[in-house]
Amino acid sequence: MIEIRFHGRGGQGAVIASWILSYGFFLEGKHAQAFPTFGAERRGAPVEAFVRMDDSFPNLRCKVVNPYYVIVMGEKLVHSINVAAGIRRGGLMLINSPKGPQSFAFLKGDFHIKTMDVNAPALRNGLGSKTSPFINTPILGAFAGFSDVVKPESIIKGITKFIPVRTENNVAAFEEAYLLAKSEGNRSQV
Amino acid sequence: MSKDMMTGSDAVALGVKLAKPDLIFAYPITPQTHIVETLSEIAPSWGGRFINVESEFSAIASCLGAVSAGSRAFTATSSHGLLLMHEVLHWFVGARMPLVMVNANRAIGSPWNIWADQSDSLAQRDTGWLQIYCETCQEALDTVIQGYYISEKLLLPVMVMIDGFIISHTMEEVEVHEPQKVDAFLPPYAPQFKLDVDDPRSFGNAALPDDYYRMRKAIQRTFTSGFEVFRDCHNLFEDVFGTRYDLMEAYLCDDAETIFLVAGALTGTTRVAVDMMREKGMKVGLIKLRVFRPFPKHALQKVIAGHQDVIVLNRAVSYGAQGTLTQELRSAFYNVDDNPDIYDVIISLGGKEVFPEILMGVCEGIKADPAFKDEMIWV
Repeated sequence: MIEIRFHGRGGQGAVIASWILSYGFFLEGKHAQAFPTFGAERRGAPVEAFVRMDDSFPNLRCKVVNPYYVIVMGEKLVHSINVAAGIRRGGLMLINSPKGPQSFAFLKGDFHIKTMDVNAPALRNGLGSKTSPFINTPILGAFAGFSDVVKPESIIKGITKFIPVRTENNVAAFEEAYLLAKSEGNRSQV
Repeated sequence: MSKDMMTGSDAVALGVKLAKPDLIFAYPITPQTHIVETLSEIAPSWGGRFINVESEFSAIASCLGAVSAGSRAFTATSSHGLLLMHEVLHWFVGARMPLVMVNANRAIGSPWNIWADQSDSLAQRDTGWLQIYCETCQEALDTVIQGYYISEKLLLPVMVMIDGFIISHTMEEVEVHEPQKVDAFLPPYAPQFKLDVDDPRSFGNAALPDDYYRMRKAIQRTFTSGFEVFRDCHNLFEDVFGTRYDLMEAYLCDDAETIFLVAGALTGTTRVAVDMMREKGMKVGLIKLRVFRPFPKHALQKVIAGHQDVIVLNRAVSYGAQGTLTQELRSAFYNVDDNPDIYDVIISLGGKEVFPEILMGVCEGIKADPAFKDEMIWV
């Protein structure tokens, strides 16, 4: 089983991102589950969303406490939330930030950090405003590119299903971030 | 047959769509809101009407009127909304009116709490509604459809429970049934009596003591014979859709020394806990109590043997007494000579998280000290 935790702020689209990702897994023949932190969500308040993916139906109904992947949708969250809590050995944390991974070396744990400024592809494709860009699709692009656990075409189908407005812009932002992650991933291997 | 990913709320809405009620009356309340939000959009697709009323009392009272006039109706609620309906819940049963209502199980204030807890529906235990608790989004969809079958055969209302947020807000895979299959399973509602100006009858009139007593006795008789309707429903559902449902499900109980008894979505986490404990060599199993009313006493007596311990996982308490499910199970074994030790565990209220490790700890703790048998155990 692979468990994934999203950290975002109310209104950033963490829940929709978790739906799209779980749908991507589903399309690839896996069994998946997506759910938010249950509560009274307020715009701007820290929120979490979770995805479980397995070869059989996921029976667990508790929240994810030991994720292999953590996706942080805004870099400032790392100062107010323990985003590294419970992350599995060898796991991966993806942070939406223009800074390099070494800027987050203070986050202790045996896991890798990848960063990408996904605000840029969001704004280039007209998603949201400079102060509040809609980054849930480009961050999925970065995640798919860095992790290789889901195919980009599966995520694009999920975007089409769950984002009925500005769908093409979202797909374009996703693809931009995906390709950037792929090229960065190749570079770091050299 | 096709599968899709959807939340429990949308699975319920899809079940309602396939059952095609004429009228839906509802008042939104967290965490039921998405069910009625979706229904308000899709009701016209099958010629149904969604009416957003001013309170839950109006919602259930309007359903009573609709069903009395021969319509199939639906409503959904949660927590304080269900409590506000209480008076009409009794009336529905006395009037022998069929209805399916989905309740998203949620705690009751004070203090305010919107999370999963079964106190709301279990507090309606003695109203005479049939009660079914669902483990998954698929089960929620299927139970809505089955609910109409059972309700319209028995002329008693059916309450379908999904744990608030844990099922209502979780997206997972759901098999989307073909409408023709649902039509084959569930015929249109054809009431024997209804409000009809061309065939006038009296509904909800006064009854003298002997008549009242006779009619109440008939309700109990229907509950007793209701198990046959459940059996027919489950057999037909399996024939049409290929999925087997029962009053309860026993998982790894045959050789178990300890059995967890659980209702609702917590069953899933308990399955994982049982598998973990089995891997460690602990002989444990679980019983998923699906149908709470009518209470499947005989089915439980068949599955649980006297030498086994039962740990009841409660999400509701009858204060000053026991967990609500514990009371029911102990009562079921009162006249049984070789009865099991039954442990009363209040596992979660107001959405308190339950991890498999907690269930394992409970099991180990009880093994270590049998004196827990006489206590109400708060984890």
